[in-house]
Amino acid sequence: MIKALKNPADLAKLKVSLLAERDPKRICISVCGGTGCRASESALLIEAMESEVAKQGLKGKVDVKATGCHGFCEHGPVVVVTPKEIFYERVKPSDAAEIVGETVIKNNILDRLLYADLMSGDKILSEGEIPFYKKQRRRILAQNRLIDPTRIGDYIALEGYGALVKALTQMTPEAVIEEVKKSGLRGRGGAGFPTGFKWEFCRRAKGDDKHIICNGDEGDPGAYMDRSVLEGNPHSVIEGMMIGAYAIGARRGFVYVRTEYPLAVGNLRIALDQARQRGILGKNILGSKFSFDIEIERGAGAFVCGEETGLIASVEGRKGEPRQRPPFPTSKGLWGKPTNINNVETWANIPLIVNRGASWYSKIGTEGSKGTKIFSLVGKVNNTGLVEVPMGATLREIVYDIGGGIKGGGDFKAIQTGGPSGGCIPRHLLDLPIDYESLSKAGSIMGSGGMIVMDDATCMVDVSKYFLNFLRDESCGRCLSCREGTARLYEIVERISEGKGSEGDLDLIEELAHVVKDASLCGLGQTAPNPVLSTLRYFRREYEAHIKDKRCPAGVCKALIQYVIDAEKCIGCLICLKQCPVQAVTGEIKKPHKIDSDKCIRCGVCVDVCKPKAVFVV
Amino acid sequence: MKKSTAKRNGTGEPRLDKIFKSYKGRAREMISILQDIQDEYGFLPEEALKKTAVFLDVPLPDIFGVATFYRMFRLGRPGKHTITACIGTACHVRGVTRVVEEIGRTLGIEPGQTTPDGEYSLDTVNCLGCCAIGPVVVMDGQYHGQVTSQSARKLVKAQPNVKEVVKS
Repeated sequence: MIKALKNPADLAKLKVSLLAERDPKRICISVCGGTGCRASESALLIEAMESEVAKQGLKGKVDVKATGCHGFCEHGPVVVVTPKEIFYERVKPSDAAEIVGETVIKNNILDRLLYADLMSGDKILSEGEIPFYKKQRRRILAQNRLIDPTRIGDYIALEGYGALVKALTQMTPEAVIEEVKKSGLRGRGGAGFPTGFKWEFCRRAKGDDKHIICNGDEGDPGAYMDRSVLEGNPHSVIEGMMIGAYAIGARRGFVYVRTEYPLAVGNLRIALDQARQRGILGKNILGSKFSFDIEIERGAGAFVCGEETGLIASVEGRKGEPRQRPPFPTSKGLWGKPTNINNVETWANIPLIVNRGASWYSKIGTEGSKGTKIFSLVGKVNNTGLVEVPMGATLREIVYDIGGGIKGGGDFKAIQTGGPSGGCIPRHLLDLPIDYESLSKAGSIMGSGGMIVMDDATCMVDVSKYFLNFLRDESCGRCLSCREGTARLYEIVERISEGKGSEGDLDLIEELAHVVKDASLCGLGQTAPNPVLSTLRYFRREYEAHIKDKRCPAGVCKALIQYVIDAEKCIGCLICLKQCPVQAVTGEIKKPHKIDSDKCIRCGVCVDVCKPKAVFVV
Repeated sequence: MKKSTAKRNGTGEPRLDKIFKSYKGRAREMISILQDIQDEYGFLPEEALKKTAVFLDVPLPDIFGVATFYRMFRLGRPGKHTITACIGTACHVRGVTRVVEEIGRTLGIEPGQTTPDGEYSLDTVNCLGCCAIGPVVVMDGQYHGQVTSQSARKLVKAQPNVKEVVKS
């Protein structure tokens, strides 16, 4: 049925015919089908929308498009009705009939589904006017809303594979590398190595058999931009990889995806199949001499496999233990052959650079970091979701202008970037322009782009304990300094959180942290102390309160807190008494209750169930 | 030799044979094969690992090494229903610890354990990538976002065959 495209002219023809089929005035209901919205029943919503369109006699006249992640996950499921770009949030399957009946047919706006401005409470009609979107610069993510990732035609209609054709027909591999070098693109996976230079090393490496890998092992907890790109726009990653393969001279490509991302694996598989059917992937692509294909490798849940050499070991079917570098993978990688590894977001930038040119690309950004970066803005912030901003945007812009400030009215305390290899950046650095250098100076790293906002109810000792627990678990165990070092650091911080810390502990942490940093082989170990060191650097007093005063100022560390009932606020409803798993609450109906601190296990259930908020932490 | 016998005659276990059929028996296929076995059985039965060792012609300890290195593999049989809580950073700062504790108390088990009647397993995962709607709990593949300890308890109790744990 599907005809393979034999040359670039065929692709151009296909694009023209796809566009001709499209009436820009035709109404399209685009429903977010990303993992976040799916958790809020968007799959049912898509079904309901399709059946309503049919029921109300609009089949063939109105489109329903299940797209990838729109980014505004907290307000999901998100629906955008084009061409008017009406933006509806938190849409339920039961809303489908009204959206079709009122908005699509009668052109009436459903006020109750519109986004309300956080400050003024005013309802906002279109996506572009919502502060969350308005202040972003969506170069990579913008297409997600327009594309059904299971239909290659949607991508082709939006200039898709145009950059590949340009590279194949108008540029030599060297020219492609030169363009990527000039663009200033740096690896979006964490370390920020200049992409064009990496490609050049791999191209110049000896041997004809070369590989490229897309690192989709998005292991940083709190980061999910790569998942969204793979799920929502898989062809952009495939096209980027193809251009890279052409430039480097690679014949085989691999996408290493986390097994925790089933939708990304599924959509990528569909995209690869469709690209092959169309003759875009495989032998003699679009009639050229260039042949290339891509395989999917599912990860199996090991953080260390995000490290290049660990990832290679895992693709080879072994334990993902990193090895000494050099030799770098660009000269000796997968099965000993030169291998170029870039992360998902990096690959997705490539078509843009080739299409629009390096000088266009590098117009935005800072001196050392060009282009945009996608961050996943999560934690205690009002507008959680995926945020794409120019490099150099400040934390304040991201957290307050786009993120709408702190959730629940608390105070901003810190923002954690870079995952378990990163650090916590405190309030006084809110105006820091974000790029690779500034973050590293502040004791953190860019990482893959997770930004976890923390408020005053977050204990930094607990955060540090959390990351150390993660790292001691994920350390592959090869280097003693990392295996034992992270475990001992965890024990010290755990001791502090239990109120058993002593005066010398903080010095010991610092001493040990530097050993782990200096003596470990790979990135995991070398950066493992970052969370504890950065919290110690900016929140030393909080550690000291745990050690000297035996107090947890944020009210988190169980051993140092007590739950107390405010007798004036308590209405004596017996709810906490009934829900307490250890019967630590005593009292009678309509009389203030009391908590027996000796019995209490600090589970917090009483706080959660108390309607008049009479339970507090001391 | 062994490998070809296993390939020619099958392993005597049709479910495994079906999996092995789509592979060539090269060592690099080990992780993919283990993933398929776990998809099929819900865990990695010892017998299946032994047969995989024969199929790939690698020592059994290598297979155990890989099976215990990666977090996704489980060597014990899980409950009929699995409850997985995301303990990623975003979920952590939004209080997933309390959610996990509450689910554990409701079922009478700790994370990593299965209820004695074999009905429910409680697991944690480092990040599901749904950070914006955390804390996230997945029950038999169904994602639930912005879960609190109370809503988690209600969710668990609404599942079939959940036995109320008697308060001690």
